[in-house]
Amino acid sequence: MTQGQYVAAAYGAVFVLVLVYVAIIAAKLVRLQRETAALLELARGREAAARRDPASAVEAPTES
Amino acid sequence: MIRSLPGLAAFAAGLMGLAVVLALIVAPEDADQGISQRVFYIHVPIALTAYFCFGLGAWKALLLLWRGDERYDLESYVAIHQGTIFGALTLITGSIWAKASWGHWWLWSENQLVLFLTLFLFYCAYFMLRFSLEEGPRRARSSAVYALFGVVLIPVSFLAIRLAEGLIHPTVFTRGGPQMSGSIFATFCVGWAAVTLLAYVLYRVELAGKRVDTDLRELRELFE
Repeated sequence: MTQGQYVAAAYGAVFVLVLVYVAIIAAKLVRLQRETAALLELARGREAAARRDPASAVEAPTES
Repeated sequence: MIRSLPGLAAFAAGLMGLAVVLALIVAPEDADQGISQRVFYIHVPIALTAYFCFGLGAWKALLLLWRGDERYDLESYVAIHQGTIFGALTLITGSIWAKASWGHWWLWSENQLVLFLTLFLFYCAYFMLRFSLEEGPRRARSSAVYALFGVVLIPVSFLAIRLAEGLIHPTVFTRGGPQMSGSIFATFCVGWAAVTLLAYVLYRVELAGKRVDTDLRELRELFE
């Protein structure tokens, strides 16, 4: 390998590792987005159930 | 002043681009090492950033033990994670530069290299400790104490090259100031600023991701 190729390899390694890091963060973002959507779906389901049957809704704490 | 994360990320990307152009095209070629000296502009800023991240992780760990605020646990963890990423990059770029300049990928006789590897492995073991304990205040405190112990290695690693004699690894920052010409020093400073800003952006992105992850986990537990 020539010295120029070593220099290119050093800068390339930094670029690739930062790119891999960004890809991992992007994958995590997709997972968080999926989990948020699932929670939203769950919340909507509960809201719909509460409208149909108010008794099944979460009971507010009662004073004794 | 830019404060938003997208703005900072765009600025960091632009500064990195400028730093690469300056390092590979504008900066004059070194009379001694030739073109391989251009690795200096990326290797040294990355190494200094790794030290800074480990130091930040230890500082946040100290704040956790001092004030007892749990948010410092996550901040310390993320800073150390960034430190290991930049530490790995330091070892990779350093090995490539060593091969190009000295003809060896690694020299065990070089105290600077061995001490940096020790520091890197010490903080790699931090994750083994952290993930072997159950989440909670005990894990936070144990991780913080471990992170604080590691910070002792930073000045040792940094000063090793100045205390030892007969080394191949060059010393460019001495008591007499930086041993380089004005244009080389300016290129180095731009590179250092770019890498530090990049590390800060990655730190903020990872921290935001971890916080959202924690909030979602709590929300899921509330629904169940």
